[in-house]
Amino acid sequence: MQPNHFEALLEVADDSLILGQRLCEWCGHAPTIEVDLSLSNLALDLIGQATLLLDYAGELEGKGRTADRLAFHRDAEAFRNSMLLEQPNSDFARTVMRHFLFAAYANPLFEALARSPDARLAEIAAKSIKELRYHLEYATDWLERLGQGTDESHRRIANAFDWNWRFVDDLFFDSISWKSGAEIGLWPLRADLRPAFDDTLSAGLALAGLAEPKPAWPIVGGRMGKHSEHLSSMLTVMQVLPRAHPEATW
Amino acid sequence: MKDWPLWEVFVRARGGLDHRHAGSVHAPDMEMALRHARDTYTRRMEGVSIWVVRSTDIVASDPARGEALFEPAASKIYRHPTFYELPEAVNHM
Repeated sequence: MQPNHFEALLEVADDSLILGQRLCEWCGHAPTIEVDLSLSNLALDLIGQATLLLDYAGELEGKGRTADRLAFHRDAEAFRNSMLLEQPNSDFARTVMRHFLFAAYANPLFEALARSPDARLAEIAAKSIKELRYHLEYATDWLERLGQGTDESHRRIANAFDWNWRFVDDLFFDSISWKSGAEIGLWPLRADLRPAFDDTLSAGLALAGLAEPKPAWPIVGGRMGKHSEHLSSMLTVMQVLPRAHPEATW
Repeated sequence: MKDWPLWEVFVRARGGLDHRHAGSVHAPDMEMALRHARDTYTRRMEGVSIWVVRSTDIVASDPARGEALFEPAASKIYRHPTFYELPEAVNHM
């Protein structure tokens, strides 16, 4: 990989980091202690992936930035995550649906990254894919149960899909940096992962008794640093301590 | 979620060892009970296998009947295999 793939790597790393941070917000607030632990487990998997990917990205960039530096000392417009992942948790159904959509995308992506000719990236992906398979199973289980549960849970998961669906094209957006890596075979175009995603999506919606999606007006921009208002306020909380005490260690 | 049933969790720490009671979780059904058990009791590599069983499916002895059930064993020390000289070769049995 080359320094110009720094931003492409950020796209993958920031997806994991931002979703991990969002899930951490459930800590102490989940519906039950068991769900609290499950969501924290998913969050820690994602933050672990982000740490490995950001460290590698920092080395590629060659300016001495570590994972911590990249996570805590970048402003919102320097983040390359999809807008899907920065959306507020809202209720449990919306959190589950967001996670299902992400995991349905991340599974074929990380399967492909695990076969990348870039050995370091392939190693990180091989470790992460084991975690992400569980994420997809977990989210699918809840998707089915909320869809087939009570009238209220069905209404909530249906609303959750409508809310999140418009951000899926942003998840799959192929940036210039991503395309340049795809051209030399580091990874596939995200567009090529879409059929696998669509299969997983159809199966999940069928399990939950939800209708196939209608076309939505897509919102894109995350991969180019254009984000919804929610990212900045989230980063304010995430970054306050390292920014107030930049040299602090623990 | 208040009416989720309780499940008892048994974890096998390593191949060859027995499943041992680790604790309990609330969950709506058996698949989620297994997930909750995994997320609650094997986060620090405690296990290689998990069993869950509905707490209400466990038949338990009555603690109030402890006298009749367990005290008769107290006077039968010959049931402990402590009266044998073990050969050197099996000293760590």
